[in-house]
Amino acid sequence: MARTRILCVLAAALLVAVALSITIGAKAVPLTDAWQALTAPTGSENDIIIRSLRVPRTILGVLAGIALGVAGALMQGHTRNPLADPGLLGVTQGAAFLMVSSIIFLGVSNLYAYIWFGLAGALIASVGVFALGMVGGRGGPTPVTLALAGTAVSAFLYALTSAIVLLDEQAMDVFRFWQAGSIAARSADVVWQIVPFIAAGLILALVNAPGLNALSLGEDVARSLGQDVNRTRAVGVAAVTLLTGASVAACGALAFVGLIVPHLARHLSGTDHRWLLPYSGLIGAALLLVADVIGRVVAPPGELEVGVVLALLGAPFFIALVRRRKPVRL
Amino acid sequence: MRLQAVDVRLAYGDRVVVDGLDLGIEAGTVTTIIGPNGCGKSTLLRALGRLLKPAGGEVLLDGKRIDKLPTREVARVLGVLPQSPTAPEGLTVADLVARGRHPHQTWYRQWSSDDESAVADALSMTGLSDLADRPLDELSGGQRQRAWISMALAQGTDLLLLDEPTTFLDLAHQVEVLELVRHLHSSLERTVVMVLHDLNLAARYADRLVAMRSGHIIAAGTPHEVLTEELLASVFDLDAKVIADPVAGTPLVVPIGTRHGSPPASPA
Repeated sequence: MARTRILCVLAAALLVAVALSITIGAKAVPLTDAWQALTAPTGSENDIIIRSLRVPRTILGVLAGIALGVAGALMQGHTRNPLADPGLLGVTQGAAFLMVSSIIFLGVSNLYAYIWFGLAGALIASVGVFALGMVGGRGGPTPVTLALAGTAVSAFLYALTSAIVLLDEQAMDVFRFWQAGSIAARSADVVWQIVPFIAAGLILALVNAPGLNALSLGEDVARSLGQDVNRTRAVGVAAVTLLTGASVAACGALAFVGLIVPHLARHLSGTDHRWLLPYSGLIGAALLLVADVIGRVVAPPGELEVGVVLALLGAPFFIALVRRRKPVRL
Repeated sequence: MRLQAVDVRLAYGDRVVVDGLDLGIEAGTVTTIIGPNGCGKSTLLRALGRLLKPAGGEVLLDGKRIDKLPTREVARVLGVLPQSPTAPEGLTVADLVARGRHPHQTWYRQWSSDDESAVADALSMTGLSDLADRPLDELSGGQRQRAWISMALAQGTDLLLLDEPTTFLDLAHQVEVLELVRHLHSSLERTVVMVLHDLNLAARYADRLVAMRSGHIIAAGTPHEVLTEELLASVFDLDAKVIADPVAGTPLVVPIGTRHGSPPASPA
């Protein structure tokens, strides 16, 4: 079947990206040495680089890429808006706000704690947006009330965050690196912390796919097909929150991935979310890793944050996409 | 009675559209609801199809309250096609029709041979088998409407509610869609309830007409009983002659003029 074949090609592309991410960097490590470092480490310099730096970074890139790609496809599907990104529900600004608040008000200074606060902030913001959207919508949140509530909550939280970081140098420092978006210098512990959230988010996303297919024909048709629209929407929001919250807490503001990737994936999958979601996940992970690798080699001896590379590469690409085809109606 | 509205009160927020209305739909009939714009006919159809929850009264499906039944279970018996539905760009006819099988699928059992044959039947019945792989947005208005009806057919429901299935279609395509509805009824014994604007087509293709005004049913019965000159005056404020349709023998409405008074000044 053609769709299964595409899935295999995308998985292979991701494997190549993983190999690049493990071998390329400030110190290039040949693939054979990298394999040895993974399977039979001897404690050499290469082994340490691979095992303590490149592998966690690569796994984090894969997780965040899958999460943001899938979250973006869910978000665009639920809002029927091709310009929706996973940060639309206030998740990104919620994470940022609670992270800087924890630094200035609670004196938190270790990275793991930031991540927990980021995750909590993302969840709280998203629940708040959903509740506000529910007040506005008749009998349940609608894409429009969700988008309005998300924009309002994001703007409000961003204002608070800005005010806080202007008061405190340490918070400012954390914030600006977080805002650039990076998967570098995170230990394996960070990676394991976000795994359960992303796994739960992915399960919810897959459960959500058939309902989202019904919903893409409009709410009335979806109801007529026996789909509980409010529950489908709630599951979708929960999935987006878990996926996006975990990635932005660990890697910073990378939500742009979630805006571009579904467009690429839709080109291959068509409108069926049961295929669109896995394609988006694989493409998201491959894209994030490749962008990260480019960031490592483009400005030696320093590195460019993956968020910066993605925005630099992604913006012209996105403009080309919009120019080449008329905007997709969802 | 397959489907019944009992003393229903229908409202959007604070705006009450229908109050204290009773209507029964018998098995194997084609019922058409007519009435002026804003009389609540589409609202009533939405309530019958459990797309709108009544603010009062109840809707009964086979004697059971429709809002108490699991929505997926209802979807295997009752299909609703809303007015001018929209599909995502690039969706093919076959994919659209396949989505009609949604209520018969679970997340662990996505596609069965039953689904396959229901979709093939629905496509051939609507004459769309040759267009199955074409994207919906490349079709003509009439073909697109047939594709949506085909989706509702693939759902395999005994009851079908259609909200203005002929909107935006030229006369030939209107007739084509209504012939299809007639065929569903005569050869498959489906029960159909639809909202139509064209009174003459309504008279020709319905067993039973229901005339509404301001949220109330003014008359219900056969087209001959309902479509009278007096009723047209009281429901539509229309002065008209009713003659026999030379083709079908059903009532044919020939308008003379409205009773709305002098026409409003046209905006400059």
